[in-house]
Amino acid sequence: MRRLSKEKMISTTVDADLLRSEIRDNSVRVIDVRRAEDYKKDHIPKSVNLPLADLLSDDDPQRVLKIAQSFGIDDETPVVVYDDTFGALASRVAWTLQYLGHSDVSLLDMTYGKWKSTGLETDAKEQSFGPKTHSLRLRPEILATVDYLEKAKDSKNVVLLDNRERLNFLEQHIPGAVNIPYRTLASEDKILRTKDELRRLLKNRGINEDSEIITYCGSVGTLSGLAYYALKSADYPNVKLYVRSFKEWKGLNKPIVKQENADYWDLSAE
Amino acid sequence: MSLITKPAKDAKMPRINWARAEEAENFAKTVKLFRQGKIDPDSFRRFRLQHGAYGTRMTDDYAMVRIKIPAGEIYPHQIEKIASLSEAFSIGSAHVSTRQNIQLHWVVLEDVSEIIRGLAEVGLTPREACGNSVRNVMCSPLAGVCDEEEFDATPYAVATAKFLLRNPLNQALPRKFKFNFTCCEKHGLVRMTDVGLIPQTRTVGGNFQRGFRVFLGGGLGNKSFVGHQLEDFTPEEDLLYTSIAVLRIFDRLGDRKNMARNRMRYLVDQMGWEQFQNLVLKERAIVRATQSVVVKLSVEPVPAPAAPLRISGFDGKAIPDGFSRWRKNNTYKQKQDGYYSTSITLEAGDITSSQLRALADICREFSAEGYGRTGFVQDVVLRWVHESDLARLYSRLLEAGLANPGSLTMAHPVGCSGTTSCNLALTNSHRLAKEIQRKFIELNLDEDDDLRDSTIKISGCPNSCGQHEIATIGFYGGGGRNGKDMYPIYQMSVGGRADGETMLGVNVMRIPAKRVMPAIAKVIEAFKANKKQGDTLKSWIHKVVTGHSDSQIKSVDDLKKILLPLTQAPSVTDDKDFYADYGSDSSYHTKTGKGECAA
Repeated sequence: MRRLSKEKMISTTVDADLLRSEIRDNSVRVIDVRRAEDYKKDHIPKSVNLPLADLLSDDDPQRVLKIAQSFGIDDETPVVVYDDTFGALASRVAWTLQYLGHSDVSLLDMTYGKWKSTGLETDAKEQSFGPKTHSLRLRPEILATVDYLEKAKDSKNVVLLDNRERLNFLEQHIPGAVNIPYRTLASEDKILRTKDELRRLLKNRGINEDSEIITYCGSVGTLSGLAYYALKSADYPNVKLYVRSFKEWKGLNKPIVKQENADYWDLSAE
Repeated sequence: MSLITKPAKDAKMPRINWARAEEAENFAKTVKLFRQGKIDPDSFRRFRLQHGAYGTRMTDDYAMVRIKIPAGEIYPHQIEKIASLSEAFSIGSAHVSTRQNIQLHWVVLEDVSEIIRGLAEVGLTPREACGNSVRNVMCSPLAGVCDEEEFDATPYAVATAKFLLRNPLNQALPRKFKFNFTCCEKHGLVRMTDVGLIPQTRTVGGNFQRGFRVFLGGGLGNKSFVGHQLEDFTPEEDLLYTSIAVLRIFDRLGDRKNMARNRMRYLVDQMGWEQFQNLVLKERAIVRATQSVVVKLSVEPVPAPAAPLRISGFDGKAIPDGFSRWRKNNTYKQKQDGYYSTSITLEAGDITSSQLRALADICREFSAEGYGRTGFVQDVVLRWVHESDLARLYSRLLEAGLANPGSLTMAHPVGCSGTTSCNLALTNSHRLAKEIQRKFIELNLDEDDDLRDSTIKISGCPNSCGQHEIATIGFYGGGGRNGKDMYPIYQMSVGGRADGETMLGVNVMRIPAKRVMPAIAKVIEAFKANKKQGDTLKSWIHKVVTGHSDSQIKSVDDLKKILLPLTQAPSVTDDKDFYADYGSDSSYHTKTGKGECAA
C-alpha cells in the first residue's frame, strides 16, 4: 500500500475478487494493454484497449492525456491495468498514467492468461465511455532522464537497478548497477511476490527504503516498470524509472562495463 | 473466498525431504556478517562450500549453487522449481553435472539463500554438495531396470545419502569424498571414486545374501588412481560399517596440509593397498563392536510401478522423422518386459528453464514411475516408458528441443564448465563439447555402430572434472605458445575406460583447440582404415594402447605421426581464428583464479 496525498490508500496491485466487484459497480476503468487483435477476441468485461505499442509510438504527455480522457478517465477515476506479459507491459502504461499525475492506478495481480485459465469471465464486446477531463500535473520525481541518472548514479544514497536477465547484465551494464532480473519479482501465479518476500530479497541485497532507487531495463522501461511497482509494493518510497533505459544509454555512447574473462554465454542452452 | 482448487498434479512425491528450511535464513545471515567483515574469508568460504555454493570465475560477487540429487532421483515439481529458480536467480538455464547434481551458475551470492529456501519447498538441498564432505551419493540411472544387475542398488544409495547428510562424521574431512553405486560393471564408475559399489549376491549354506563388491581409493584428478576391491563380498549389513570405517580412517590419516594430495586415493597410494585394506577391515570390526546404538541403514525397497499408467500409444499422428535414429541410440530396453529407459541428451549438460518445464510434464506423462533420473554423462534418464509410447515421447521431446540423437554414443561428449564459470579453467571445454556434438550429429556419426561404445570427454584444465582420463578420446585444456602469441590447446589422451577393464587414458600429444575436431576425425579415419572384423573404435584403441595391435597402427607413437601435421601453429596473420578459443573472438590468454574443489 502506498499513501497518497489524499489520504487514500491505493494498492499497487488488485486481486481478481476486488476487480470483479469494482467492475460490477462500474467504479473502475480497466485498461487492457495487449495487441488490438488479442483484445478483440476477448478481454476482461468493460475493459478498454490501449496497446503498449500504441502508447510507445508517441508517449508525449499531451497525447497520452487525450487517450486517457477518451477512455472516460478523470482525476478521480480508479484505473486497473493488465496484460498477458507477466505485468511488465501493464506496468509501463500504469507508470505513464502516474507520471501524468493520475494517482489512482493499480495493476491486476495476475496475467490475463491466468485470469482466463482460472475460469473468470471474459467478453468480446468493445466498450466505449464518454470522454472526461483530466488535469495534467507531471510528476518528475518518478522519472529518471539520462542527465539525471548521470548526475545521481554515483551518489551514495542511490541504487541503480538493472532488471534485464543475468546474461545480458553480465555482458554489459551501466557502471555501478546491480542486477535483479525481472523474473525475480514474480511468484508462481502472481505478477509480484508478496511484500514480505520482496522486502527480504531487497534486504538480502542490502537495498534499503531510505535509498533512492532508479530502475532500468533494455529499451522502453517495461521490465524496469514492473520493478518500479515491485519496489512500490514493498514500501520503498523513492523510486524512479529510467524510462529510456539501456538502449538510450548505449546509443549515447555512455560508459558500459562488462564481466570480463568468462564465457558465461556458453552455459546457456539456448 | 476463492473456491478454486487445483488437483494435485503429481501422483508421485519424493520419499525423502533432504532440506532444512532454517539453513536458508542461516546462510543469508552469514553472508551479511561476511560482507560486514565480521567473518574472515576462510571461515566464510568453508561455510559457503558446505552449503553447496561454489566460487565463480574471477569474481566474489557470484556463486554457483550445486543442488544435490541423491541417486539422481528428481521429481517433476522439483524440476519445475529449479526452472523458476534459474530464471529468478541464475541465467535461465541449469546444468546437469557428471555427478548427477544440477547446478545453477552466476547466482549473486546474496541470492543463494533464496535458492536454498526455494529448494527446501520441494525437499531439495545443496548442503554438502561442495567442500570437504561426502558429496552427492551417485547411483546408476539404470539401477532397478538394468538387465545385468543382481539387485536394485538405489535404496542403498539413498539410505547412505540419508545417513551421511549433515552427519558430524563428515563435516570437516581432509578433502571431499565420493560414493558411487552402480547397477553393473558396464554402467558404473566404481573404480574411479573413493568408494564404488556394485551389487552382488551369493548363497551361503542355503541362505541367499545380498551384498556389494566395494572398491576403494580410486578417483580422477590431477593424478588419477584406479580403485581396489576391498574383499570378495561385503554383505549388505556391513555396508554402513564399511562406509563409516573408511570415512574414519580418512578423517584420521588423510593429508590436511597438502591441498594437492589430500584426496583419499593419495593416502591409499602412499600407505600401499594392503596396509590400507587391513586398516579398513580392523576399523570396521571396531565400528561394528563399538557403536553405542545399533545404527542401520534404513533401506526401503523401491516398489516397482504397480499399475503403470498406460497411455494410448497411437495418437493418429505420423511418426516424426528421426524417430528410429533417436530410438536406436537414446533408449535402453529394460529388464521389465515392454519398458524402456530413455536418455535425454543435453548439450554439455545445459537445459533451459522452459525445457525443464517441458521435461517435468513429459516425466508425468510418459514415465510409469513418475520421475526422472539425472545420469552420469550430463544427461537425464526417463525410465519406465512403455514401448508403444516411444514415438509419441520422441515427438514431445522434439517439440521441446530435447530430442538430440546419439545419447548413448560417442556423439555425446562430456565437457566440464571450463571458462564459462570455473576459476581453474584454462579453456572453454564446455563450448568445445557442444561444437563436437553438433558436428557429430550433422555428420550422422551417432549412427555409426563402430563408434557406439566410445566416448569423448573434455576438461578445461588438468583437474579431470570432464573425466577426460576415462574417455576413449580425452582432452584437457592448457595454453600453447607460438612466439609471443598464445593459443588454446588440449592434451589428448586415448584408451581410457571405466568399465570392468578400467584404465586411464594414455597421453598422445597436445592438439590446438581449433584442431581438436580434425584430430578426432583423423583417429576415426585411421581406425576405419585399419580395423579388423568385430573391432569398434574402443576395442581397437584398447589394443593400440595395450600393445596388442594387429593393424598398421602399432602404438600411440603411430597415432602421433598421423596427428603431427595438426599441431603446427599458423602465423597470426594467416589464421587469426586459431588463436581464439571457442566462444571468443579475441586472442587467447590464460587466466585462472583459486580453485575450491574440482567437480
